[in-house]
Amino acid sequence: MAAEPILELQNVHASYGNIKALKGVSLKVYPGEIVAIIGANGAGKSTTLMTICGIVAVDEGDILYQGRSITKVAAEKLPVMGLCQVPEGRRIFPRLTVHENLELGAFYRRDREGIEKDMQRVYELFPVLKERKRQQGGTLSGGEQQMLAIGRALMSRPKVLLMDEPSLGLAPLIVQKIFDIIHEVNQKEGTTILLVEQNANLALQAAQRGYVLETGRVTMEDEAEKLLHNAEIRKAYLGE
Amino acid sequence: MIREFKKIGKIYVFGMLWLLGLIWPMVGIHKDGSLSFGRAFTIWSYIVVGTFACLLLYLLNKSGYLDKATKPMGRVRDDLVAKARAVPVWIWTLVALAAALIYPLFTARYAHDVAIQVLIYISLGLGLNIVVGLAGLLDLGYIAFYGVGAYTYALLSVHYGMSFWLCLPVAAVLASVAGCLIGYPTLRMRGDYLAIVTLGFGEIVRLILNNWMSLTNGPNGILGIKPPGIYVPSFEGGFHFEHIYLKKLYFLYYIALAIAVVTIVAVRRLNFSRIGRAWESIREDETAAELMGVNTFMLKLLAYAMGAVFAGLAGAFFAARMRFVSPESFTFLESAMVLSMVVLGGMGSIPGIILGCAALIVLPEVFREFELYRMLVFGAAMTVMMIFRPAGLIPAKRVGTRSEEKEG
Ligand SMILES: Nc1ncnc2c1ncn2[C@@H]1O[C@H](COP(=O)(O)OP(=O)(O)O)[C@@H](O)[C@H]1O
Ligand SMILES: [Mg+2]
Repeated sequence: MAAEPILELQNVHASYGNIKALKGVSLKVYPGEIVAIIGANGAGKSTTLMTICGIVAVDEGDILYQGRSITKVAAEKLPVMGLCQVPEGRRIFPRLTVHENLELGAFYRRDREGIEKDMQRVYELFPVLKERKRQQGGTLSGGEQQMLAIGRALMSRPKVLLMDEPSLGLAPLIVQKIFDIIHEVNQKEGTTILLVEQNANLALQAAQRGYVLETGRVTMEDEAEKLLHNAEIRKAYLGE
Repeated sequence: MIREFKKIGKIYVFGMLWLLGLIWPMVGIHKDGSLSFGRAFTIWSYIVVGTFACLLLYLLNKSGYLDKATKPMGRVRDDLVAKARAVPVWIWTLVALAAALIYPLFTARYAHDVAIQVLIYISLGLGLNIVVGLAGLLDLGYIAFYGVGAYTYALLSVHYGMSFWLCLPVAAVLASVAGCLIGYPTLRMRGDYLAIVTLGFGEIVRLILNNWMSLTNGPNGILGIKPPGIYVPSFEGGFHFEHIYLKKLYFLYYIALAIAVVTIVAVRRLNFSRIGRAWESIREDETAAELMGVNTFMLKLLAYAMGAVFAGLAGAFFAARMRFVSPESFTFLESAMVLSMVVLGGMGSIPGIILGCAALIVLPEVFREFELYRMLVFGAAMTVMMIFRPAGLIPAKRVGTRSEEKEG
């Protein structure tokens, strides 16, 4: 494992008004890894990702990306630095076409040829998107929308890709397909992935390491394999 | 036929009774407090006869009795549409422009006046479309920027005698500054809150115009604004340029046309630009846009500023055309009017908004005799429109079709 983490959270606190959502989250992500964050509903998983992306403000603590603090960096500058998120519930742009959604993923970029090449690559990864490129995003099925959301994020050429519950509400077959793609992106392009999932089983199978989040705190961290066989985890998150 | 009628008939009867109940107090209550029924009943019976005829036609058509007539007509129409489609858009644009250019030659003064109004509202509507249609920020105080533009020219003309052409960019800049000032504090708000706050700001601007006596002369307004002038070469008494004022209405028509054309071209370019797409992404999902690297703060501010620019241009022209401004021209009703034009025409659709402006200016002029019931008819028309064509008269094809167009 590389010595320097590419992304690191040090004792991060965050809140929505009076509601404290994160109460000291610390985690490290190393280059090339897939790291899973699992936890129950409301544990603060999405908030963690939104805090990294600068949408939710950090009250206390620090977030380091490639060794630099990004706590105070504006949200819209992060894709330029190689940090992009596939948000929970996909959040594609419903009345823009599939193609335009993808173009917006590359919004900060100016290299036409590079964008065109990446577009072809996304269409290769998700042929169904190519078929539907002139259709409005909102008319796609749930699985297709998830693919579009992933494709859109890939268009920004992320070094670290944050994914929030990519399996949410999808049929098992589609989920499998999405996770295959996640693997492929990680393997082929060496994209580091921080994966948030309620479906602990899936996430831990895909990841190398995992963190367990409970009410805004990290309660456990270990290799994914070990978490998967941990009796407590199996009881709490795998329904045994 | 009979079965269909039974289904619709009940709804129709209830609807008509309800309408009677609505019209009666509106028409039947007199100033002295007395009530009468006759007039309301007369109007109502006209409406019943008219709508019943429409209903019958509709039912006949639906049950196929009119196929003999509609089928060939439908074919003719499809034919025409297909032929019209075959002609490239730029030819249509040229035709429309040519028609607009020769329009004053064939029409009278009154028609010029109406056309000028339409052109002013086209600039306003397209400007508002940037804010509402593209960036998705509901702005109920848009007319304030129109007011800023108008007063800018009015004051500069009356106090400093500055020329219209010089004031035009000044008015645009000041309006956009006002746009930023009003936009800035509202940027963190969304939806309903934004609507209320912009409404408030619009009223504040009007109240300032109304109450700052020393600057704006309050409700009395400003008189003696100069019309636009031009320099023409003159050879009398040695070569020099003579300054003349364009007081003739058709000159003003051409200036309004120029401003409207500039607006159309600019808005079209914005619409199809990177910035336009970023605006649309903000409209669709602000957080997602931010995650994709769109600077939502700056772009929303820019939307307000750009929208205000066109209102400022229109406002300066308005002042020059009327040669008089007063706060009365910048009430909430005007904001609502412009918004109605945008919504009626089709949000995000440039031809739609042009048509919407024309419809909402010209139709009330045509039906001047019904002056009294104008707002009633207006409301009814809007309701019917929103039921049958919720996306507007000419819906935007897709609010932006840039990428496809490039490829096609
Ligand atoms: N926009 C919000 N406003 C107020 N509270 C919120 C908001 N979003 C999340 N929360 C609260 O923050 C906590 C963490 O939520 P979240 O990060 O969405 O959890 P998870 O993604 O793990 O399900 C929850 O208690 C939730 O109710
Ligand atoms: Mg969540």
